[in-house]
Amino acid sequence: MSDARSQILGSIRRALRRDALPADKAAALEARLGDPQPNLIPARARGGAEAVVELFVQMAGNVQTTFSRVKSPRDVPGAVAEYLAGQNLPAAFAMAPDPELDAVPWAERPTLSIRRGRTEGTDQVSVTGAFAAVAETGTLMLTSGPSHPSTLNFLPETHIVVLPAGKVVGAYEDAWARLRAARDGTLPRTVNFVTGPSRTGDIEQRILMGAHGPRRLHVVLIEG
Amino acid sequence: MEATSHAFKDNVRRAIVDPGLQKALGMMKTGFQARRLAAIEKLPEFEQLRDVGRDIKNHVLENLDFYLERFERKVTEAGGHVHWCRTAEEARETILGLCRKACAKTVTKGKSMIAEEIALNDFLEEKGIEPVETDLGEYIIQLRREPPSHIIAPAVHLNKEDVIAAFHKSHTHLDPGRPMDDPHMLLDEARAVLRPKFLAADVGITGANFMIAETGSTIIVTNEGNGDLTQILPKMHIVLASLEKLVPTFEDAATILRLLARSATGQEFSVYTTVSTGPRRPGDLDGPEEFHVVLLDNGRTDILGTEFQDMLRCIRCAACLNHCPVYATVGGHAYGWVYPGPMGAVLTPTLIGIEAAGHLPNASTFCGRCESVCPMRIPLPKMMRHWREHEFERHLAPMAVRSGLALWAWLAKRPGLYRAVTGLAARVLGLLGRAHGRYGWLPLASGWTGGRDFPAPEGRTFMSQWRRRSGG
Amino acid sequence: MPAASPRVGLFVTCLVDLMRPSVGFAAVKLLEAAGCRVEVPASQTCCGQPAYNSGDRRDARDIARAVVAAFAGFDYVVAPSGSCAGMIHEHYPALFADEPETLAKARELAGRTHELVSFLVDVLKVERVDSAYSGVATYHDSCSGLRELKVKAQPRRLLASVAGLSLKELPGAEICCGFGGTFCVKYPEISERMAADKAEDVRATGADMLLAGDLGCLMNMAGKLQRDGSAIRVRHVAEVLAGMTETPPIGEPGG
Repeated sequence: MSDARSQILGSIRRALRRDALPADKAAALEARLGDPQPNLIPARARGGAEAVVELFVQMAGNVQTTFSRVKSPRDVPGAVAEYLAGQNLPAAFAMAPDPELDAVPWAERPTLSIRRGRTEGTDQVSVTGAFAAVAETGTLMLTSGPSHPSTLNFLPETHIVVLPAGKVVGAYEDAWARLRAARDGTLPRTVNFVTGPSRTGDIEQRILMGAHGPRRLHVVLIEG
Repeated sequence: MEATSHAFKDNVRRAIVDPGLQKALGMMKTGFQARRLAAIEKLPEFEQLRDVGRDIKNHVLENLDFYLERFERKVTEAGGHVHWCRTAEEARETILGLCRKACAKTVTKGKSMIAEEIALNDFLEEKGIEPVETDLGEYIIQLRREPPSHIIAPAVHLNKEDVIAAFHKSHTHLDPGRPMDDPHMLLDEARAVLRPKFLAADVGITGANFMIAETGSTIIVTNEGNGDLTQILPKMHIVLASLEKLVPTFEDAATILRLLARSATGQEFSVYTTVSTGPRRPGDLDGPEEFHVVLLDNGRTDILGTEFQDMLRCIRCAACLNHCPVYATVGGHAYGWVYPGPMGAVLTPTLIGIEAAGHLPNASTFCGRCESVCPMRIPLPKMMRHWREHEFERHLAPMAVRSGLALWAWLAKRPGLYRAVTGLAARVLGLLGRAHGRYGWLPLASGWTGGRDFPAPEGRTFMSQWRRRSGG
Repeated sequence: MPAASPRVGLFVTCLVDLMRPSVGFAAVKLLEAAGCRVEVPASQTCCGQPAYNSGDRRDARDIARAVVAAFAGFDYVVAPSGSCAGMIHEHYPALFADEPETLAKARELAGRTHELVSFLVDVLKVERVDSAYSGVATYHDSCSGLRELKVKAQPRRLLASVAGLSLKELPGAEICCGFGGTFCVKYPEISERMAADKAEDVRATGADMLLAGDLGCLMNMAGKLQRDGSAIRVRHVAEVLAGMTETPPIGEPGG
């Protein structure tokens, strides 16, 4: 394979009529990679804190994400229970083992049956946190890790995301900058940008919800 | 797949009289276009973003070797592996080796045009490994054992009845009398059939919309979530990507992502944009244990540095297909290979040879709509014209066309003679056609008059009348 | 800034010359009415596009070189065709990339070459025409004019000033009619199907007349409409703008 490697690199350099990049040019490219700069960011993504939250709710709503808007983490169990009841879903879910979610007083709603961990596909409902949310297209940013198994984002039919409003940013680049700042130069295995529930247009161009991923995506937005 | 691009004209004749295909094409015509327009009207910066996107890709192509090496280093640091493959065969063998290492019996697949390009499914089947397409459209056409007809909507040539028939035939474990007439029922059935396949697969293979040099990440963009289930459930994730999918940073990918879904389906953003970096980490509760990137050249480096280099900016959004009046008339299968429409008319000859695909760059009116909607500003008509130049130089164009044009050009270079000949032609055709004003049949013009009348000229050329008027 | 009485070289186009000279005379009338002195270089034949689009670069260059020479010295070069004007405007410079002297001339020619209707509106600032037509027309945007030269609003603007004429927009007006130069005879099945789709859209408008700015497209659409037995009249937009509709419509017999 190293043979293929050197041949491919060789044909690229022949096509570009040069050798490997000289040190100064390579250093300039390394510098570009070392300090990534945003390109053009649309104006709609540059609102203030309140504006981006409203934009997020509006854009996510446009793609069939539903919302419960609550004032404090204390209200989350009630909002979840109410949502599940409204959808005729059982009051049981798999929850990400996330310290932020553990801080929610779930015990105040003893009717909720909660299992912490990943899912093997038998759970109808999952509850997770989110790393951030991006207002410009109503997109959630979910990062995998011990506190957020990614199976929870995809296997259950209903995915509930608990999102403090402070996690909403304007543009994808803003969210990515937060991720870089939060980590020591490595990335989680997966970063999932999720914009509404799963869908397909593969049968006669008709948009049908719930192709392989969740049919319902519900955000409990904590605005306190 | 076996290319039938050489038989384009036969393919076209069949396509035009295929009522099912024409019905399906009729449905796709307006949907994609209207949705794209609505999406870009909501983003005033769209045209500027096209410029930025083009410049990013050009920058990558000029420094492709650097970014590839950097990407490889980062994948390795994240615990993954990069496999460099020059040809389709090398890529197939590499993937087979990885599947065998994982003792794979079944492999789930996210939608990947590169997998179509290297005919991966047939190969794996031959080797006793069951590939399961999981994108709904890909799944349907896999059941029908046919290639995709569109690069983002593989089953766009089919109607609901075709899907019902395919499910009836393949899902024999289900009650044959079950109701299936609502598309929701078909979707639910596919979801139920595929779910255990996801859970049982040993290896998941996806494509990549982007590779990020900064971090060694790959990105896939889907709406169904199938690509994610494909990569998080099996113990090995293989990413199959051609090398021009590289961008330097996440910021660069974000710029192009703003163009991609809007150009493709008219969504502001696809439902799932997934960034994958290496295998499962210590403490992770799920995710693949191994992460492999199969990096495919397959002719890309041959295009680099040529007049076709701009084609390597293509992000496979299919806007050019969705706006092409020729594609809308004949559908994707007529093009006879993996990539149809304008992007296919440029790319296919580079991959299977202009001798085999000569029709494709010719079957365009140069209406320019493809270029006008291409998010990466690829000058598609210009490159189709370059292919015609190659054909002309190598005498590959049909003799009748060549000699007719040669005669025309010879005359056009001799104004005096040209006047005499056109003057005579105008008079004769004008006179003979005067009674009806048009011809229903003309010698040597049956292509035109087969379905259209040919207007008769007025009778005297402009130049002869002008000469008289100005007393010349 | 246009000179008081600019000297305009009319590029007649091979199709207008051979098939429908009245379009040429309509162009002359419109240009003269707008204050131009119009001349028609006798050595012109074709812009070379058939050769260029067929991959025959050498013949295309030879023909282009002759056009560059024939139209030297005019203030403007105007063609009643977005396709031919687009060829000169967009593609001539590309033909001479390796011939600096001709390249400079080709660029200079490209800079002063215009499609007729956009020239009237954008350069001469014509706002209305003095003509009348009683009926309902629809307008097809020919591809080259639309995408290479941005001809879109100009013909509609002038048509709005034609007394008695109402314009009904054509759905899919920006979709190719299937002409495509040699395409229409190389791939007749596709071309004819595209023309059929266009004809259907035209009929659906209920207009009694179809207009466009390129004779090739017009012949294609007229030929399809007439084969289908439609009575919709087909004309070049210049004929209506110039008030020269005494000539029978394209493909119709003389009085």
